[in-house]
Amino acid sequence: MRYIEQEKVVRRMNGRMVVNRVFQGLFMFATALALLALVILLYRIVSQGAGHLSLDFLTNFASRFPDQAGIKAALVGSIWLMAVVAPTSILLGVGSAIYLEEYAKKGRITTFIQMNISNLAGVPSVVFGLLGLTIFVRALALGNSILAAGFTMSLLILPVIIVAAQEAIRSVPGELRDASYGMGATKWQTIVRIILPAAIPGILTGSILALSRAIGETAPLIVVGIPVIIQFLPEGVMDTFTALPMQIYDWSSRPQAEFQTVAAAGIIVLMVVLLFMNSVAVFIRNKFDKSY
Amino acid sequence: MNTATIKTKINAAQPTSLEQVEKESVYSTRQLNLWYGNNHALKNIDLEIGENEVTAIIGPSGCGKSTYLKTLNRMVELVPSVKTSGEIHYRGRNIFDSSYGVEELRTRVGMVFQKPNPFPKSIYDNIAYGPRIHGIKNKKILDEIVEKSLRGAAIWDEVKDRLNENAYGISGGQQQRICIARTLAIEPDVILMDEPTSALDPISTLKIEELVQELKEQYSIIIVTHNMQQAARISDKTAFFLNGEVIEYDRTDTIFSNPADKRTEDYISGRFG
Ligand SMILES: Nc1ncnc2c1ncn2[C@@H]1O[C@H](COP(=O)(O)OP(=O)(O)O)[C@@H](O)[C@H]1O
Ligand SMILES: [Mg+2]
Repeated sequence: MRYIEQEKVVRRMNGRMVVNRVFQGLFMFATALALLALVILLYRIVSQGAGHLSLDFLTNFASRFPDQAGIKAALVGSIWLMAVVAPTSILLGVGSAIYLEEYAKKGRITTFIQMNISNLAGVPSVVFGLLGLTIFVRALALGNSILAAGFTMSLLILPVIIVAAQEAIRSVPGELRDASYGMGATKWQTIVRIILPAAIPGILTGSILALSRAIGETAPLIVVGIPVIIQFLPEGVMDTFTALPMQIYDWSSRPQAEFQTVAAAGIIVLMVVLLFMNSVAVFIRNKFDKSY
Repeated sequence: MNTATIKTKINAAQPTSLEQVEKESVYSTRQLNLWYGNNHALKNIDLEIGENEVTAIIGPSGCGKSTYLKTLNRMVELVPSVKTSGEIHYRGRNIFDSSYGVEELRTRVGMVFQKPNPFPKSIYDNIAYGPRIHGIKNKKILDEIVEKSLRGAAIWDEVKDRLNENAYGISGGQQQRICIARTLAIEPDVILMDEPTSALDPISTLKIEELVQELKEQYSIIIVTHNMQQAARISDKTAFFLNGEVIEYDRTDTIFSNPADKRTEDYISGRFG
């Protein structure tokens, strides 16, 4: 006796095909909707802001007059911010990931730490702002400097970087570790010569994506007390500064209609920066992609 | 290859001459027990492993062959739940002594794994890895070691023009010989091999078997194998493991022609496994 009767299969085939089609359609619709929203957003911003984009816009400071308002201070400030956030968060993040993956004994404490790191990744950015205000701005008396804001942002993206780096380290095949230990390499030699080189593409992609989150964040900066209007460029990490999302937020909340155009131009600049960072991430991933 | 073949032939012709010369033992294992958590994986193992011999370890899956091999260079301790008791003396020193560093042990005892596991680096950097971690920086010396090791693993001619290519670009059989060369580069005394041919095609397998015959002139080799013909072909002594115990350990020809234990006979005649 056969369990699958060809006749019945044929009879039920139509129904199966319909369900198949329906779901295909549904998923396509979902994708199309998301794309549509993105296109409308892009169109609105580009059509509004493109007119205001010029070299002057990049080289002018903020101004009361919309047609003279530029983004220089914010752009340079964001770069300064990244110069603090990138090394701080990547060093701490990769260090923690190496510790958790390679050194820490798997046990209750490690599991507890691990769980908290994952939870921290979901904490609203305002909360990190408050933490930064308490620790860096007040307790360590760094004021509303690049350093204070940079440390705050680093804390914000640290969990994301740790998790990404852990995944990258974990995906290095165990056989490579065995080969290295089997030749008498120490743990440190194995980490530096085998594990990190193999994990670096994953670590970098994760880090850059986390950094592009940091460059677009406004809430922690507001809480830390970063000013908006600044007519000078910072000269060191102890100076105060402003950043792209702060500047955009300020322009878009002004009553004059012309400032909406300026804000849109600012958004375009921010998006170009983000796009650039993301393509670097994609480039790294493709360039170093190794199949084990 | 030639000298090895000749030697094997001589041995085959005069089996008694070998027995008369009592070879020094490289490893002597005394009352070794090993647990993975509660799993008692090795039970009261006693084994003497001879110098410049090929010792084969055979037995069904899960009987503890790999575990025993990995205990010999203490790689098994990378598994956190592992506990051991007993002693393993390597060249007269107990490897479990707290004064014995695992790194030191592993530079004397190289290991070749079941699945070829070259590093995602160039062939040259793969071979130079061992010497480099042990502090050799001189390019000329490294060059010499790389050539000598690749020749030793009978793969120099195949890769000498592509030393800077990634080791992932060559065949599995070649990768395994690269891994053997990489082990030779640390100038070991003993080479442990865990089913080194089980992932390879018959021709690559043959090459590795021939290589093992050559290498035993200079190294003591302990090889785990699933393949009984292989054990019969290449080893001088064979240990039969079952459920974490050594059932029988003897000269390979004795084990295969006249086993003392019924279970050994059943296993080698293919009745289980
Ligand atoms: N990493 C490990 N953790 C826990 N148990 C293990 C581990 N490796 C092997 N074992 C157990 O030890 C026993 C022997 O395994 P193994 O030495 O790999 O056998 P073989 O190489 O002869 O097939 C098996 O029962 C296996 O389940
Ligand atoms: Mg095994």
